Amino acid sequence: MTDQSTFRDALLDPSKPVPEGLLGAAHAPAGKRYSVYRNNVTHSLISALQTAFPLTRKVLGGQNFDTLAPIYVRAHPPTSPLMMYYGAEFPAFLETLPEVSKLGYLPDCARLDAAMRASYHAANTRPFDLEGFQQLPPEQMMAQGLHIAPSVRILRSVWPLFDIWRFNMVQGSAKPVMQAQDVMICRPEFDPEPVLLPLGAAQWLDHLVQGKSLGEAFEATLEETPEFDLAASLTIAFSHGVFHGTDGGQHV
Amino acid sequence: MLDSAGRFDRLPASPGVGYKPQHFTDLQRDPGPVEWIEVHAENYMGDGGRPLAQLLALSERFALSVHGVGLSIGGETPLDRDHLTRLKKLCDWAQPASFSEHLAWSTHGAEFLNDLLPLPYTETTLSRVASHIGQVQETLGRQMLLENPSSYLVFAESTLSETDFLAELVHRTGCGLLLDVNNVFISATNLGLSAQDYIDAYPLAHVGEIHVGGHDEDTDDAGALLLIDSHGKPVIDPVWALLDYCLAKTGPKPVLAEWDNDVPDWPTLRAETVRAAKALAA
Repeated sequence: MTDQSTFRDALLDPSKPVPEGLLGAAHAPAGKRYSVYRNNVTHSLISALQTAFPLTRKVLGGQNFDTLAPIYVRAHPPTSPLMMYYGAEFPAFLETLPEVSKLGYLPDCARLDAAMRASYHAANTRPFDLEGFQQLPPEQMMAQGLHIAPSVRILRSVWPLFDIWRFNMVQGSAKPVMQAQDVMICRPEFDPEPVLLPLGAAQWLDHLVQGKSLGEAFEATLEETPEFDLAASLTIAFSHGVFHGTDGGQHV
Repeated sequence: MLDSAGRFDRLPASPGVGYKPQHFTDLQRDPGPVEWIEVHAENYMGDGGRPLAQLLALSERFALSVHGVGLSIGGETPLDRDHLTRLKKLCDWAQPASFSEHLAWSTHGAEFLNDLLPLPYTETTLSRVASHIGQVQETLGRQMLLENPSSYLVFAESTLSETDFLAELVHRTGCGLLLDVNNVFISATNLGLSAQDYIDAYPLAHVGEIHVGGHDEDTDDAGALLLIDSHGKPVIDPVWALLDYCLAKTGPKPVLAEWDNDVPDWPTLRAETVRAAKALAA
């Protein structure tokens, strides 16, 4: 009997012999015929990673990426049939690989790729009622909690992550210079885009996610980052569809 | 739920196409003979965004077939309840005219292997697959179609032919069948059997849909021709001939042109559906 554990074990480990009990035409041992499944599984998983991590592949070079991908797919086969999310452990995996240790920013590139993909498949939201919000008296406005769209992702990097993305993915962009950058992924309609955040904006958004009101989030951010510019951050957020509603000012 | 829910309660006996997002505009502008589309269920299990918006727009005009590739109906382990729940959510929302899955397994323990893996045909596997199909049909509240696999090998322990296995599943569960004639051609070639004999033995009365697609050629250890189900090339003439052979017995059925890898431009894929329309008109 050839149980599915036996069939599976040799699929992802080419050093294991072809399971017994499998036959080809005229009842010859299956041999290379079993390898069709080996190739299908490995190839399809590598191809899923290539699709999912375009920036990482660009930074690393196609050939290098394709050399590393089989190591990852054998160590981390998918745990769900939702292949659109495959590769969740890929950024952390890259951190452990001696082969790419010199590219310290590579794991953050993979995080950006994963965030772009998560954003692409996130739930749709209604447009924010900006007019209504702007008509609120200042005190009431600052008491509002702002709901952040599920398609928004925030990445805080010690690397110039936004400039690395732009340099690799947007033709004619300037070479990155060393600096820490916070990047927001947002999805105004269907296409996620990375946006460079000004100083403090990532913390401010994080405070809002945690349920603080606009005013509370502003004050908490100022304590950490005195240079924080609320008006500039609000403009960026509104122009990129970051919010999809308010809590109606429950913080009054 | 879609506004158009239930508009198409069955697939028309006409050409359909495996939908690819890059064809969104061309398909609507110039559908040719295409009256229905098929999508892989798992690609539409996100929470929102473009995939679901496109599906919503297309379902206004085309009948929809949801084709699962991740349920692992042939698995030794119980069906993934979370996945079944996601599938029900998708079917409740999109109200497809048809839902189909494969006689294969892809999940083992916590792992999803992203391929359609083969199973032996025995009384044990028959009972297990029948119970899985029953569970799917009960959860979704609808009949499902089961697709025959493309085979590269057989199991020494098998005691039933594939066609007997499928016929018994139909008998026990009331499911319908998705007859993939490219898979029949591949399996017959690879196992040294006759494709026409397979069709003759197949429970054709229960076919709700037919697939045609392209395949690659390789050789096995003995140098014998080994066909690989790649869905990356045009359908070859012997497969079209096998389609003609089937349709002569079944009468018109929904016929899907599948092209999943190295997806061509729309006119190339559209030409496959025109060829399918010709077969249906014969």
